[in-house]
Amino acid sequence: MAENNGTYLIRGASILGAGAEDLLISAGIIAARGAAAATHPDVDGAAVIEAAGLVALPGMVDVHTHLREPGREDAETVETGTRAAALGGFTAVHAMANSNPVADTAGVVEQVHSLGRAAGWVDVRPVGAVTVGLAGEQLAELGAMADSRAQVRMFSDDGICVHDPVLMRRALEYVKAFDGVVAQHAQEPRLTAGAQMNEGAVSAVLGLTGWPAVAEESIIARDVLLAQHVDSRLHVCHVSTAGSVEIIRWAKERGINVTAEVTPHHLLLTDDLVRSYNPVYKVNPPLRTDADVQALRAGLADGTIDVVGTDHAPHPSEHKECEWAQAAMGMTGLETALSVVQHTMIETGLMTWADFARVTSTAAALIGRVADQGRPLDAGEPANIVLVDPAARWTVDPAKMATMGRNSPFAGLELPGKVVATFYKGHPTVLDGQLNTPYREPSAAGAS
Amino acid sequence: MKHLLSTEDLSLANAIRILDTAEEMAAVGDREVKKLPALRGRTVVNLFFEDSTRTRISFEAAAKRLSADVINFAAKGSSVSKGESLKDTAQTLAAMGADAVVIRHWASGAPHRLAATDWIDAAVINAGDGTHEHPTQALLDAFTMRRHWSQLAGSASTGADLKGMRVAIAGDVLHSRVARSNVWLLRTLGAEITLVAPPTLLPIGVEHWPCKVSYDMDDTLAQGVDAVMMLRVQGERMNASFFPSTREYSRRWGFDDNRLRALDSLGLKDTIIMHPGPMNRGLEISSAAADSPRSTVLAQVRNGVSVRMATLYLLLSGDTREPAATAGAARNHSTKESN
Repeated sequence: MAENNGTYLIRGASILGAGAEDLLISAGIIAARGAAAATHPDVDGAAVIEAAGLVALPGMVDVHTHLREPGREDAETVETGTRAAALGGFTAVHAMANSNPVADTAGVVEQVHSLGRAAGWVDVRPVGAVTVGLAGEQLAELGAMADSRAQVRMFSDDGICVHDPVLMRRALEYVKAFDGVVAQHAQEPRLTAGAQMNEGAVSAVLGLTGWPAVAEESIIARDVLLAQHVDSRLHVCHVSTAGSVEIIRWAKERGINVTAEVTPHHLLLTDDLVRSYNPVYKVNPPLRTDADVQALRAGLADGTIDVVGTDHAPHPSEHKECEWAQAAMGMTGLETALSVVQHTMIETGLMTWADFARVTSTAAALIGRVADQGRPLDAGEPANIVLVDPAARWTVDPAKMATMGRNSPFAGLELPGKVVATFYKGHPTVLDGQLNTPYREPSAAGAS
Repeated sequence: MKHLLSTEDLSLANAIRILDTAEEMAAVGDREVKKLPALRGRTVVNLFFEDSTRTRISFEAAAKRLSADVINFAAKGSSVSKGESLKDTAQTLAAMGADAVVIRHWASGAPHRLAATDWIDAAVINAGDGTHEHPTQALLDAFTMRRHWSQLAGSASTGADLKGMRVAIAGDVLHSRVARSNVWLLRTLGAEITLVAPPTLLPIGVEHWPCKVSYDMDDTLAQGVDAVMMLRVQGERMNASFFPSTREYSRRWGFDDNRLRALDSLGLKDTIIMHPGPMNRGLEISSAAADSPRSTVLAQVRNGVSVRMATLYLLLSGDTREPAATAGAARNHSTKESN
């Protein structure tokens, strides 16, 4: 692709899976769509991207990413994690708060925010901790994080459940002051002490301590009632059971302001894989049964579940090359999310590409209150765009990924769909399926 | 057979082959010189991440009777945070030339990890992993039952299975690797199994197991039973609300003197009482039951050495062919994605 003045003409892309149209990107925005692109004054000198057969979608927004920095730079850094995000088709990620130090102060969230801007691959939206040190005892300074340069709107103790009902109530009430949302990791701690995998037929045989569905569902049931009572906004992280889908469906029917996310791995994999005792399948919440997988797909298709969140959780190899019980929980997901969702939701006929745009971008940006993301692909809108080749097939090889984590449960699987290009603020972070260059602020030379 | 990791995937033919070989090994134990040269020059490592003197010395005696060199590696307390990882330990043993690793580990699946990774190429024998399996214990239990069952039938043990034998396994099934290994193996051998336990000590999902489940010990005995296997109640269960008190447990699920007498009054004169040891006398089994002529506790210990000799011999003697009749009959656990 030739150097140019930052204008790109995407020719003949199928917009959200519909008819083929041109998109002209100039000065960070979509300057023109359709026939108007060819006659737009900026089109001269634009780099042309032949996009026949490709689907154009709004850049994906992940509501649930672990970038590990600060503190666990041996697992991932903001730089490596956001490279992975760009390659996966993302233009924004929400960086979870369980770093070290925990992102429970304005200082830490501003640090993560600056690291994200310096990296320039995607919009890094720090998530603030709900409680100090994720300890579940006292509220972190949510207002200070909201007012900081990071402008935090999502708060979560993800990894740990805010299980104290009074604390959860107060958090839900307090974030109303700045239009925040509490993203709950729903896990009743007493019911999951020492839990290793889904409790059911497989755990009975394997002799691994069970993580019962009721431990998730009981917290979700409590929290939707709390959200109703205090009239606030609740987001449920990584919903994993059929029962949880039912409870959220019930809550939405009652008008409760709840949103929910599902991970790609919970849309595809089941606890049968644990029979290998290979810790690459160890994750929290755990892989469930096929009935749960089907219920999650149905819930995502009918809107009960609002978004896909990757819960991208890289770990150094020594945390997975060990006994199951010793292994860390988590899987990488940024570079496989698009393909897994295409495989499980689009190729099954459950969703269209327009639905895909909703669950991976539009709804996610709305939950996180991320301006300029999840927008329509229309003239005048910010140019956060991903081009996907839906006909491509590729075999997952963790060694070739940009993330530092090698813990992909999809290793060896052949999946559909390939990210051809990602535009972040009008700049191609990915071109021809390869990392290009990061976005740089027009005025500032370095990070803020 | 390259490893012995579980009885769940042990075919009938392989189970019979181990038990028949154990019969031959038992004959060695009756000789004045209790030793065979079969495994001379081979190295067997007993890798124990959890204390178990009984199992360890049983494997040690078995290996020594086959003339193998035995190394005991007590790795208790070793953990990722405190010391060497399982991977490093395995690679160390591989570098030292271990031919077989007998592993006892507190973590379910640890032997599977050794067998499935390229950390070590040796034969792996599961000597008890977490709350998963303890296959040689089940094999020695089956060996003990088969001798009893064949004797009643007036036929030889060798080649026989346990078809028609009614076995009750009673106690903490939830946390018992012995119960799991026995359910799969005894079922493969044709026995009819009833698990007897408080509902709190049965795993969710037990309804998929190939056995009956009862909450009532007396009812199970009254229905007729040929062997009763009592499981040990671990101390740490006693204060975790699995049951209200040890006395209540003992009354409802223990094999006490009343139930010992009940066997007589029910006309079950040939029913044996089994326990994998170590016993909590007065809790899950009364002294009278443990010491009665029905008790096979010491025979089980004796048979343990024979079964472990057979296992080591079959895994290390080079004959790793599957018996023709049922090769591939073991349950197939695919790791394919599910849709």
